[in-house]
Amino acid sequence: MERSKTPEGRAAPVPVASSASQKTTLRFILPITVLLSLLLIWYFISYINLFPAYALPSPGAVLKSFREEMVAGRLISDVIASLWRVGVGFIISAVLGIPVGLWLGQHMYARQAFVPILNFFRFLSPLAWIPFAILWFHIGDKPAIFLIFMATFFPLVLATMSAVATIPSIYFRVAQDYNYKGIELLTKVTFPAVTPQVITALRVSYGIAWVVIVAAEMVGCQDGLGYGIWEARNGLRLDSAVCYMIIIGLLGMGIDRLLAQLTKLPNVRWGYER
Amino acid sequence: MKDKRSTSWIMLENVSHSYGTVSVLNELNLLVNPGEVVVLVGPSGCGKTTILNLLSGHIEPASGSIQTEGIIRTVYQLDSLFPWLTVLENIAIGLRSIPDIARREKELRELIELIHLEDFKHHYPHQLSGGMRQRVELARVLAGDSDILLMDEPFSSLDYQARLHMRTELVHLLEKRPRTVVFVTHDIEEAAQLADRVLVLSNRPATICCELHIDALRPRNLTDNAVIDAMKEILKELGFQTSNNTNMN
Repeated sequence: MERSKTPEGRAAPVPVASSASQKTTLRFILPITVLLSLLLIWYFISYINLFPAYALPSPGAVLKSFREEMVAGRLISDVIASLWRVGVGFIISAVLGIPVGLWLGQHMYARQAFVPILNFFRFLSPLAWIPFAILWFHIGDKPAIFLIFMATFFPLVLATMSAVATIPSIYFRVAQDYNYKGIELLTKVTFPAVTPQVITALRVSYGIAWVVIVAAEMVGCQDGLGYGIWEARNGLRLDSAVCYMIIIGLLGMGIDRLLAQLTKLPNVRWGYER
Repeated sequence: MKDKRSTSWIMLENVSHSYGTVSVLNELNLLVNPGEVVVLVGPSGCGKTTILNLLSGHIEPASGSIQTEGIIRTVYQLDSLFPWLTVLENIAIGLRSIPDIARREKELRELIELIHLEDFKHHYPHQLSGGMRQRVELARVLAGDSDILLMDEPFSSLDYQARLHMRTELVHLLEKRPRTVVFVTHDIEEAAQLADRVLVLSNRPATICCELHIDALRPRNLTDNAVIDAMKEILKELGFQTSNNTNMN
């Protein structure tokens, strides 16, 4: 927006500029106020012992367990384990899913053949695959990666496919006029035409992956953020569980912010500004 | 560069076409001479766009023969630029067939100057006005070795003043880079200002019901006598002007 470019503050006491800088301050102050209020409520509830301490750990206890986990180094290694599994599973499903979606989008008979089964699997909770994942891949990274793949592959394929279906036919007409064929047509016309929607689909399915990894690690792994929560539950250390929950939420938000940077690429802006 | 005027032409002989049971064109004959600007005017749905689609080869005629000589490019109504490419990259699409990089670069520079968008060459289409986008489209079709331009109501989605402006621009561009043009429009002013020859089409199935030569030099003002006379003539053919008030009151 042009407005954000107006020189800031003191030199010009123009009402527009001051309201703009006011807006940016509010953008930070408002969420922080909400956050602090929630912390206060939490502190208050644990202070008056509404729930026993083992069922609702106090902010102080969580902070203490956070320090312990950091010192022990377990939290860091769990974070790395989870990020690795989500990363690998997510990349495999993007590398396979996006091309499959592009292909399906361009072939009507293939769509008719495969869409019902793809929809079936999309609505099948990936957690239903847990017994198979463990029997097929045993314990470790592999079952978790498999579950992440099962959770993200189908929504990615279907989103890419329907994005291809919405490409205005005029682009293909122009492509024909200028002799785009085969693989060049795919990489220089079809794919760039759906990129904005594919980025959105990636963000959505990353969200699914991050939710699924916690459940997957509770049963199929010996480490990771999900396993950390599971272990905390077993030892009735809910302070440690809360500490893991905070990390899961923050990392999820952080990586989504990273993926959101993709939408700022100049050659995809058109998809979000119309 | 070869002389485009002498090498490109279009010939339609007894061309008929129908969609299902609806006959759209009936025994159409048309010869477009090299370097000529032919404007097709007619009621909407009379098959103007069908004629362009036949010429560009996107559809095959049900009967009759179509012969064209030269590379054909089409200007569409709006938004046929690739939104993921910059102005420069979009124009470069028209130069794809040129293998020599240096020549391509030179052409690209000339074209961007020709449409006066040097300051916007790294902008994306969604950052431009409708008129600017149409200028980029024109640059794209004029690029490289194109011979014949098919224009499908290219200015119809612009506002009135932008449309007036684009007509002048087109005349100016064609002066620099002569092409054989088949221009379809429902805008009678446009026809009268741009055409060497106006063909008024009848209702479906389309036949040419009137052929009008306009000899006045371009650029023509909207208020030039030749333009006004041509407009009167076209309006009469289309049935919008009764013969008793052709003399001004």
